Amino acid sequence: MSDILQPVRNFFTTLKFIAKGNKWYYGWLALLSVLIISGIMSYIQQIDKGLILTNMRDQVSWGFYISNFTFLVGVAAAAVLLVIPAYLYNFKPIKEIVLLGEMLAIAAIIMCLLFVVSDMGRPERGWHILPILGTMNFPASLLAWDVIVLNGYLAINCIAVFYVLYKLSLGKEYKMSVLWPIIILSIPWAISIHTVTAFLYNGLSSRPFWNASILAPRFIASALCSGPALMLILFQIVRKVSKMEISNTAIFKIAELIAYAMGINLFLFGAEFFKEFYSGSVHLAPMEYLYFGLHGHSNLVGWMWTAFIFNLTAFFIFLRPKTRENFLTLNIACVLIITGVYIEKGMGLIIPGFIPGTLGEIYEYGPSALEKSVTLGIWATGALFFTLFLKFALPVYTGELRFKSSPDKD
Amino acid sequence: MPKNNAKNPCSKKVRRRTFLKGAALGLASFALPPAHADATFWESFFQKHFREMNEDELKSVISRLEEEYREEYDVQFNIKATKPIDGVQYGYGLDLSRCIGCRRCVYACVEENNQSRDPQIHWISVLQFEKGHKWVNIFEEATKYYNPHEVPEEEFFYMPVQCQQCENPPCVKVCPTKATWKERDGITVVDYNWCIGCRYCMAACPYGARRFNWGKPRVSKEEYNADVHYLGNRPRYKGVVEKCTFCIQRTREEPGRYPACVEICPVGARKFGNLLDPHSEIRYCIENKRVFRLKEDLNTSPKFYYFFAT
Repeated sequence: MSDILQPVRNFFTTLKFIAKGNKWYYGWLALLSVLIISGIMSYIQQIDKGLILTNMRDQVSWGFYISNFTFLVGVAAAAVLLVIPAYLYNFKPIKEIVLLGEMLAIAAIIMCLLFVVSDMGRPERGWHILPILGTMNFPASLLAWDVIVLNGYLAINCIAVFYVLYKLSLGKEYKMSVLWPIIILSIPWAISIHTVTAFLYNGLSSRPFWNASILAPRFIASALCSGPALMLILFQIVRKVSKMEISNTAIFKIAELIAYAMGINLFLFGAEFFKEFYSGSVHLAPMEYLYFGLHGHSNLVGWMWTAFIFNLTAFFIFLRPKTRENFLTLNIACVLIITGVYIEKGMGLIIPGFIPGTLGEIYEYGPSALEKSVTLGIWATGALFFTLFLKFALPVYTGELRFKSSPDKD
Repeated sequence: MPKNNAKNPCSKKVRRRTFLKGAALGLASFALPPAHADATFWESFFQKHFREMNEDELKSVISRLEEEYREEYDVQFNIKATKPIDGVQYGYGLDLSRCIGCRRCVYACVEENNQSRDPQIHWISVLQFEKGHKWVNIFEEATKYYNPHEVPEEEFFYMPVQCQQCENPPCVKVCPTKATWKERDGITVVDYNWCIGCRYCMAACPYGARRFNWGKPRVSKEEYNADVHYLGNRPRYKGVVEKCTFCIQRTREEPGRYPACVEICPVGARKFGNLLDPHSEIRYCIENKRVFRLKEDLNTSPKFYYFFAT
């Protein structure tokens, strides 16, 4: 009987750990819960009345949801790609980086899936996209590819994290010989999720703004800025609230690498900017809309220049050793980069695909209150998931939380 | 009997399967509105892809849909699933020198094909171009929101755009669920019961031909055209994509009828026929007029030909 009840007891031990925290922790959880509930309520309204409650229309048929999805695919990919420098430079906390990166990737992919589902007109028919059960249009549709790579990536990271935590929680050492192959697989897979997502837009000849070969490389470059920047902030929080040790050297090195990635991103941006404006063909229109406004429509102009200035500033902060090794400027730069890339790879990428439309129409889009509420709810879900996950994983990792393993299994 | 089993005080063990079943039902009852929690709900939920149904399955689905429509709209629809006619490839011609921009085609299409009146859905967009300005491939100069007292206006010409029924349709390629496909007679159709509403096809279409039901489509009872095709003008659902089908419910009949837009055009600007029939009017136009197709550079190869006859 005790064998069967052991997992239940472990579950309660976990709950006890998760439930403990200071007032900041409870405040954070309460805030997230409020956002999640309001998001769910908005989503129920959307299910009831349809996507007409969003500001998307036939002219701009993808909007805020797909923008957030695109940004988060980048975060999910980059969190794991951080393993490469961690390994190359022989960072001391490489195991921590791997684990945190994979947990962040899981949270990001969950948010991605929620965003895609929120954007669907008939979410209950989602199973039509599955192989065997439904009629997956593989390999013709890049969306089918995306379903495969995103879910595969989620599975890989779940397996890795589960394996490590399972072993550690029972007080055993996990084997790197088991973990490494999973990590080695997850790295090219991380690149693939981002490439496939870029190709999703890239392959559409109807949308000149997306139909440029520079799209996928720019995707990767900008993701290698925002993902690690988010990780840098997380590292600092984690080492503050737990006993996990993350050295300053590792943090500064990552900051330096972000500078290089941002340098490449800015260069690619310049290449795109030059090509469009110097040749000045009719395909310039979306770019013109983004940075200068088109026929008096200029909703995104302010945002795009903000993103550019943020990215440029962060680039110089991360480039100079003096400023990247100062935690104040380092954190400012992280926030600047996350915001900058969020604008650039979110709305700044999706909307100009539709403006001007294929028949020349300009429909100015901005998310409705409902879209914002659902989006906040999804972000809060991701944050809540990640918080609880960390709350459980960190003590397991540092050895504070241990399950009793059943004697016969020892 | 399972009932006895449940009541038997001696059987402590609720088997896992039973438990899971109960849990699933419990969850389902939360998720579903009780009014729908009957057999037809699950039948429609598990309804197969149009092309995977055999004759019998299709027949029963059609009668169920007719029943559903009757309940919801109080109209007795006759849903056809007429197959393509052998040796037929539909082609369309549009004489830009005749079009006067009156938009009668737009509204004839709406009436024939049961498009939603609120919110309004139009399958045809009539674009207005300024004469002596730019060629019709530069759409940025065009507008569909012209509103004069009288058309045509001297300084403008007009170009209606609808689904171009591409030989190489980008929308079909991108659909993740194969919910849209090109039929043997060249018409690209949508299975409204299979579309998941992802709108990837709308992003892929270079002609802005696809429409999404952002809200629940609304048509009043008297306005419905009850003669419908499964892949064409039957009532649509909230959250699915729809598009022009060259009036599949008319053109596939034998004898066939012209699409509503061809029939209504007061100046005879619209031509329609079988591309494989050397004596058809559309073949005459293609062979004798200087025709062009929209956005040829994209290699979509439309079966929709524009020309200036005079």
